Amino acid sequence: MSENILSVNNLSVSFDYQENFLSKKQKIKAVNNINIKIKKGSFFGLVGESGSGKTTLGRAILGANKISEGNVIFHDDERDFDLTSITSKEMKEYRKKAQLIFQDPYAALSPRMTVRDIIAEPLEVMKITKSREETDEKVREIASKCRLNLEHLRRFPHAFSGGQRQRISIARALVSNPKFIVADESVAALDVSIQADILNLLKKLQEELNLTYLFISHDLSVVAHVCDIVAVMYLGHIVEMAPSRELFSNPRHSYTKALLSSIPSIDPENKSKAIELKGEIPSAMNPPSGCVFRTRCPNPTHDCKEGHIEMGLIEVSPNHWVDQCCVNCG
Amino acid sequence: MNHLLEINNLDVKFDTDEGRITAIDNVSLTLDQGKVLGIVGESGSGKSVTAKSIMQLNPGNTIYNDDAKIIIDDENVLKFTSKNDLKKIRGGKVSMIFQEPMASFAPAIKIGHQMVEQLMLHKPLDKKKAKHISIDMLNRVGIADAEKRFNQYAFELSGGMRQRAMIAMALSTMPKLLLADEPTTALDVTIQAQVINLMKDIIKEFNMGVIFITHDLGVIAQVADDVAVMYLGSVVERGPVNEILKNPKHPYTRGLLNALPDINNLDAPLKPIPGNIPSPLDRPTGCVFRTRCPDPTHECKEGSIEMGLVEVSPGHWVDQCCINCG
Ligand SMILES: Nc1ncnc2c1ncn2[C@@H]1O[C@H](COP(=O)(O)OP(=O)(O)OP(=O)(O)O)[C@@H](O)[C@H]1O
Ligand SMILES: Nc1ncnc2c1ncn2[C@@H]1O[C@H](COP(=O)(O)OP(=O)(O)OP(=O)(O)O)[C@@H](O)[C@H]1O
Ligand code: SF4
Ligand code: SF4
Ligand SMILES: [Mg+2]
Ligand SMILES: [Mg+2]
Repeated sequence: MSENILSVNNLSVSFDYQENFLSKKQKIKAVNNINIKIKKGSFFGLVGESGSGKTTLGRAILGANKISEGNVIFHDDERDFDLTSITSKEMKEYRKKAQLIFQDPYAALSPRMTVRDIIAEPLEVMKITKSREETDEKVREIASKCRLNLEHLRRFPHAFSGGQRQRISIARALVSNPKFIVADESVAALDVSIQADILNLLKKLQEELNLTYLFISHDLSVVAHVCDIVAVMYLGHIVEMAPSRELFSNPRHSYTKALLSSIPSIDPENKSKAIELKGEIPSAMNPPSGCVFRTRCPNPTHDCKEGHIEMGLIEVSPNHWVDQCCVNCG
Repeated sequence: MNHLLEINNLDVKFDTDEGRITAIDNVSLTLDQGKVLGIVGESGSGKSVTAKSIMQLNPGNTIYNDDAKIIIDDENVLKFTSKNDLKKIRGGKVSMIFQEPMASFAPAIKIGHQMVEQLMLHKPLDKKKAKHISIDMLNRVGIADAEKRFNQYAFELSGGMRQRAMIAMALSTMPKLLLADEPTTALDVTIQAQVINLMKDIIKEFNMGVIFITHDLGVIAQVADDVAVMYLGSVVERGPVNEILKNPKHPYTRGLLNALPDINNLDAPLKPIPGNIPSPLDRPTGCVFRTRCPDPTHECKEGSIEMGLVEVSPGHWVDQCCINCG
């Protein structure tokens, strides 16, 4: 038995772009040669620039995006699921173990189902509960843990606020007791108090049920608080990865440094000391050669600028990985 | 000088199978040109419903009270019914960045096409010019390959790109009043800073008024001039941003600031405001926060306190009982 629940090996995911029917197809390489291992029972954080491939990576791990290169292996207690060769029967099995909380609940929740039915659906599809009463009880239990009003379960999703809809998708993902959850910006629409509540709930489930999370978020203070390990993405690549405290106290990559410096302060007089990123935001269809960050890096070396640097993570201290050139820079 | 926007005594109720629900209870707010009013508050407290009321975008089961007024340019927009009038507040003088980007882009139409259409509906522009402006805006919100992204469908963009495309669309018509509902939730902090700077420039250049709804108190501190704090359909405190963040008076506002995860102290547990959120069918009488307030007075508990804001220092208003408590 492996202590990892998930291995992602040299994973790439590409999408086609075509201006119109006649023009030539181009590729957007959304996820580029990614390697990660996620330990059972951990809170694995994924942060990075908007559009850098976080959702695509999370979806590929759950079999919701097709894999272009490499593989993803889910290590269950008795057996492995290899997502590159998974049959549709195995996929059903895998869906019981691994769940996605979508970034955009508005698009993910069926408008014609009541909230009770939306939350109950995984239980019914997977035949987890034996009776309607049992289903109802489980639905009510998880809904109240997610701070939803039980009187509202007969409503349709449109009659909720953004944050309430987000809690509906969290309840739906948790109700079937999965082992692994990809939580994509799952607390972004919640005020800090309810957010703290939900994060405490997720943490408790992690401890009690040994649940594992891939936690995608732009909120760095939240990530710092809940995640054990954090990977930073930029334009399809992981550029740095380290245990959470190490990453926040000792960032090495220039992009990570810029990111951490830009967290807005709640002191209105504290006009930020953010490292401003100038320079062209690179194209995902035509990425820079060498280091992908070099068009905006505040202090690239001569070799970086020439595009000579090969990308690749190296371990600079135990479990702290960073893209190679940056080890000595800045 | 007249305010750009004046909301007076707004109540909003929804008719549902469960009964009639109060979503907004007696909200009054004002906003001047060139100013940013932040709205923060509990999830479900009525922030989006308030903003949507300004554009009359709440659904069919909505009931407004008769004496509610939402005044823009001396007209009560709540009374608008004609197509022409409604057009003014839906993309003309007023435009909105919606909380959920997927809700505002039609799935089967390319985003560029939607941007151009929206722009031509409200500005006397030809197609070529409208396209030029739209692509320029996409560029300015930090979308690389803007000409190509212009040709994509919403589902082909990342969450944050969709959000930025919506911001670009709302800004391109240069409204007098911009309603921004959680506009930066899907953005990383560096892109967020860029987008906020762009918004600030445009606000200044066009003397726009902005309602900026967000859960991110850091963003509020950076963009807002004034802040209103909402809880269960009521504004419980409002005032200049500095005052509210540094000298909060209402226990809900304090609880909110206290729940903020502190990045400099990772050992501190996350501290939600204790207690259950009351059901909207069973709104507490008197002070709406009394079921969760850490130290309500005797009168508060009895529900005999009337709600009502009083001014405690210039421009800083807070619900009355709370002035002496805590
Ligand atoms: N279905 C799709 N078709 C075409 N391109 C896509 C599709 N899904 C994603 N992409 C592209 O892949 C890239 C990565 O997108 P992804 O949604 O993974 O980013 P992200 O890191 O989640 O960003 P955000 O923080 O903004 O949500 C983007 O360039 C996006 O346009
Ligand atoms: N069509 C509707 N029918 C019934 N109730 C509704 C409807 N739309 C909204 N509500 C309720 O009105 C209240 C206020 O909703 P609103 O969307 O304004 O909240 P919000 O403050 O924007 O919250 P969030 O921060 O979660 O987006 C919520 O309790 C919601 O459930
Ligand atoms: S590799 Fe060079 S260009 Fe890239 S982030 Fe590091 S220093 Fe900057
Ligand atoms: S002190 Fe009284 S009025 Fe103030 S929040 Fe508490 S219960 Fe409400
Ligand atoms: Mg995403
Ligand atoms: Mg809302």
